[in-house]
Amino acid sequence: MAATETAEPTRRDFLYIATGAVAGVGILAAVWPFIDQMNPDAAALALATTEVDISAIEPGMSLTVKWRGKPVFIRNRTQAEIDAAKAVPIGELKDRNARNPNLAGNPEATDANRAAPERENLLIMVGICTHLGCVPLGQQGEYGGWFCPCHGSVYDTAGRIRKGPAPENLPIPPYRFASETKLVIG
Amino acid sequence: MNDLLHGPAYQPKRRLAKWLESRLPVLSFVHGSFVVYPTPRNLNYWWSFGGILIFMLAVQIVTGVVLAMHYTPHASLAFTSIEHIMRDVNYGWLLRYIHANGASLFFAAVYIHIMRGLYYGSYKEPREVLWILGVLIFALMIATAFLGYVLPWGQMSFWAATVITNLFSAIPIVGESITTWLWGGFAVDNPTLNRFYSLHYLLPFVIAGVVALHIWALHVPGNNNPLGISVKSKQDLVPFHPYYSIKDTFALAIFLIVFAWFVFFVPNYLGHPDNYIPADPLKTPAHIVPEWYFLPFYAILRAIPSKLGGVIALAASILVLFLVPWLDTSKVRSATFRPLYRQFFWVLVIVGIGLGYLGSQPPEGIYVVAARILTAYYFIHFLIIMPLLGLIETPKPLPASISESVLNPRPAAAAGAGTGARS
Repeated sequence: MAATETAEPTRRDFLYIATGAVAGVGILAAVWPFIDQMNPDAAALALATTEVDISAIEPGMSLTVKWRGKPVFIRNRTQAEIDAAKAVPIGELKDRNARNPNLAGNPEATDANRAAPERENLLIMVGICTHLGCVPLGQQGEYGGWFCPCHGSVYDTAGRIRKGPAPENLPIPPYRFASETKLVIG
Repeated sequence: MNDLLHGPAYQPKRRLAKWLESRLPVLSFVHGSFVVYPTPRNLNYWWSFGGILIFMLAVQIVTGVVLAMHYTPHASLAFTSIEHIMRDVNYGWLLRYIHANGASLFFAAVYIHIMRGLYYGSYKEPREVLWILGVLIFALMIATAFLGYVLPWGQMSFWAATVITNLFSAIPIVGESITTWLWGGFAVDNPTLNRFYSLHYLLPFVIAGVVALHIWALHVPGNNNPLGISVKSKQDLVPFHPYYSIKDTFALAIFLIVFAWFVFFVPNYLGHPDNYIPADPLKTPAHIVPEWYFLPFYAILRAIPSKLGGVIALAASILVLFLVPWLDTSKVRSATFRPLYRQFFWVLVIVGIGLGYLGSQPPEGIYVVAARILTAYYFIHFLIIMPLLGLIETPKPLPASISESVLNPRPAAAAGAGTGARS
């Protein structure tokens, strides 16, 4: 088939490009279900909230519950732990964001912004190291908070990253108190 | 040179062979590629590992397919199904130990194969594509081994899956969505196990496909050899069969003795005892380490005190291998004739072993400092030393031809002695 040399685009050029574009869109549309099937399914999304009775957690005790397949630490902190966390100047923190979705805006990572509202002894956070997802060990490490055994990240008594490769503070999950003793996570 | 790489043409004798050959010339293809295929006459035993690797891939596929007949890919059943294989299935213990130790021996062989390529300059013109396909196979092997390690759903399986999938969360903006997509949930769970099983079954066949391309890319320029000089005449060559088919079979037999020793005498030596504890998403083992063959890369990941930086260094440590054909500026292939490169090669081997040791140690104190120094050296070797050596090094004189060096070894004897080359 002989090609015609013309400076102007021909109808045939237009048809090639239009056909190619339609085929491209069609292929993308056909591929999408194969990609999206890997996203969390309806059953996984249905497990979005967890209810916990926190009445039995005495000061100095922790409870680990499962929320969306992840561990959540509920720590009833001792006065010494609270004082230690409050004494840290914001400027010393590696991550100054409170990582608390229960508060509007992006508040600073003060102890008050990390602890539960009006219950500064309660610290509720997702127990997954922000480095590579291991579960840190409680009341260990040089700040007496949490220590991740995998790659050596150290968190303080407010769950804020202080040392090691982790980039962020331990995240606080969305939660509310349904009653004096009932915590709803998610 | 390429004309030399065709052996005598295949002449089918039987009627059936003639009938098939005229319809699909598969017999002459096999004959030309694996029987009369002309091979340099001076290949040493380091060249046997290509054949050993093909054998190991076949072993992993065969044992894997039969293990899949007894394994259950479900978060609450996987661990017990492994114990079922170990205790109830006829010869299940043997099949699983072959598969688990086979992965280790497969990696041992591939590391030797890669180091042989680096020592003798097998990546240089005209074998760049051959080398790139090899690095691609290595990358696929890493993915396959990782996916397979998750399947027993023990503590090490679970936390390896968690740590490795979390590497993707270091990617800015889309990282979190990618990890959620990989998991099929908000943490490693049953959907993750299911897809890992599916992909673990798929990837070995992808590897087999790339291996076919690797062999094709080998048979176009032909084998490199311990002298690193190109084939010049028919005197330099011998047919693959029987010379190397027998030599490779002997090497394979020795390799299988080592393999059998692991399988029958120390089947759990290379594994981690924590993987005999069922996966617990709420408790990370006190000290998690990957399998030995990933330790050097694990050390590189941990050496960088930043999440994204560590992940980038880890990826770069493998990606840099793709660039080796262009980073090495020397025209001389074999380290036998490169007095400086030869020393730096052995330093790299020691650094690699050192990184492996550091990867097995806890990430604190002197271990972190040492890992940083060795990580820096690893990259300096490829990015600075390799390009510079080609410019400043004076290579030793090369022999005129392979056959001259083999038949009259006196002039090159000093240079070729360490390689165990024989005719």
